[in-house]
Amino acid sequence: MKRRDFIQKTAAAGIFTGIGGTALLSSSFASAEAKHITILHTNDVHSHIDPFPTSDDSYPGQGGVAKRYTLIKNIKKENPNALVLDAGDIFQGTPYFNFYGGELEFKLMSKLGYDAATIGNHDFDNGIGGLHAQLPNAKFNLLNANYDFSNTVLDGQIKPYQVFHKGGVKIGVFGVGIQLQGLVSKKMYKETVYHDPVNISQDIVKKLKETEKCDLVICLSHLGYSYESDKIDDLKLASQTKNIDLIIGGHSHTFLEKPTVTKNAEGKEVLVNQVGWAGIMLGRIDFYLDHANKVNGKGASILV
Amino acid sequence: MRNILFILYGIVIFSFSGCKYQNKNTKVPLAVSKIEGKQLSIEKSLTEDEEIKTFVAPYKDRIKDEMNKVLSYTPNTLSKFNGEYNTAIGNMMADALLEITNPVFHQRTGKNIDAVLLNHGGIRSSINRGDITTKTAYNIMPFENEAVVIELKGTQVLKMFEYLSKSEVAHPVAGMQLTLTEDNQIKTGRIQGKKVDLNKSYFIVTNDYLMDGGDHMNFFAIRESETYLDYKLRNVFIDYFKKHDTINPVRDERFIKQ
Ligand SMILES: [Zn+2]
Repeated sequence: MKRRDFIQKTAAAGIFTGIGGTALLSSSFASAEAKHITILHTNDVHSHIDPFPTSDDSYPGQGGVAKRYTLIKNIKKENPNALVLDAGDIFQGTPYFNFYGGELEFKLMSKLGYDAATIGNHDFDNGIGGLHAQLPNAKFNLLNANYDFSNTVLDGQIKPYQVFHKGGVKIGVFGVGIQLQGLVSKKMYKETVYHDPVNISQDIVKKLKETEKCDLVICLSHLGYSYESDKIDDLKLASQTKNIDLIIGGHSHTFLEKPTVTKNAEGKEVLVNQVGWAGIMLGRIDFYLDHANKVNGKGASILV
Repeated sequence: MRNILFILYGIVIFSFSGCKYQNKNTKVPLAVSKIEGKQLSIEKSLTEDEEIKTFVAPYKDRIKDEMNKVLSYTPNTLSKFNGEYNTAIGNMMADALLEITNPVFHQRTGKNIDAVLLNHGGIRSSINRGDITTKTAYNIMPFENEAVVIELKGTQVLKMFEYLSKSEVAHPVAGMQLTLTEDNQIKTGRIQGKKVDLNKSYFIVTNDYLMDGGDHMNFFAIRESETYLDYKLRNVFIDYFKKHDTINPVRDERFIKQ
């Protein structure tokens, strides 16, 4: 990690000068109030259950579910207050999907302790019926807020959002998906209706903040990182909404060297992250929360 | 140095909140004071979790067995780069599609498929001399595209010929014959050995990707009907290989330039 890249906001510096050196002495009792949440995430794993072959030109020996689990377990030992999330396109890309239709992908994600995932366009590759048939193999929820599944077999089975309680922190997670028309055959997605993700996201986030009283709001997006056209993407979604802390993206298979820090509609900072594809990387975002910053109105320090 | 500074900042923030709010105002909402983000690489050197490996093993073995099943044999290596306007591998794929899907289409509709059009870019690998296995079918067709029969008016069939004359690449065809002049004009264009009747409808089998305008095949958009055969192209090739113990396609005169 490049330390020079970190964005240090004024909050921390202000407190530092305000209280001076004495605060350092009392750090031991302070930790009781501070909360630490670790978010681990993947996207576009595309049925890559085995590591890449050691002979692979680009990713020799990298990836693989069994190694990912080792890493997740190690991180959870360090901080059990962790969520494991996926931003869609779980299916399609190796014979594991062609042979077993996604059964193994969902079973393994359940074993790895995934808490939630959203739906990517390739998750319709065996039709909406194929996705529906695999749901019993997933011990986690598929979340999507902008597909209306009312007239499909998935009616009532896909939640728009889910609230997690981890270590005294309420975390609201919701999902948004890409426009399917033109990308997926209608025969596959059937009567699924796509709605504009921006308006939906604003409604959901309002609910998560005001009704559910979430401390953190995370969006699982399969929109894609950034397009030059008007097509909605993660950066546009970030800039047109408020109260989202983190957008975990997918679809564009973007390998970000580090999470992007961008501004939301209120000028506050939002993190957008994506980790390429095929399970080569695992994204890790650590949130530290306490009761202080709300009072002084300052933002968080972001270190990426 | 910055490293150390940052750690200090973190401690200070916690200290401050701890002192001030520990015993009184618990209604002050939580707020984020610090965020750290990084990308972790799933490195080659990471140990594989044994439980996961054991769980995956039987699934993996079944795929391996299935993939290695010998379905047929080819005495020659077949490459899509071996030929200008038609290639042995492309001819085989187009012929296979016609042979395997026509009975399905006929049974459903009582009609027959007139011609086949695939795209050169859709031939995803060559076939090596020797045994043809299930894996071969996955190599040449890794995608899930399926066979669909499109009913085109004669006028649109001419548009299809025009597309082929301009694309200058060996798109796999069957059931048609197209000869181009030196300057890429259509010299002859026939379907099932006959001139195209502008008032007649023709049934062309292709895949859903091309039907939807893939590879700029926009002429498929103006169609009379479409019939999905619920047959993945990969399975068409698997069934074709199973049916023929030797595959030895050749280049021919179906699409040529004079
Ligand atoms: Zn996608």
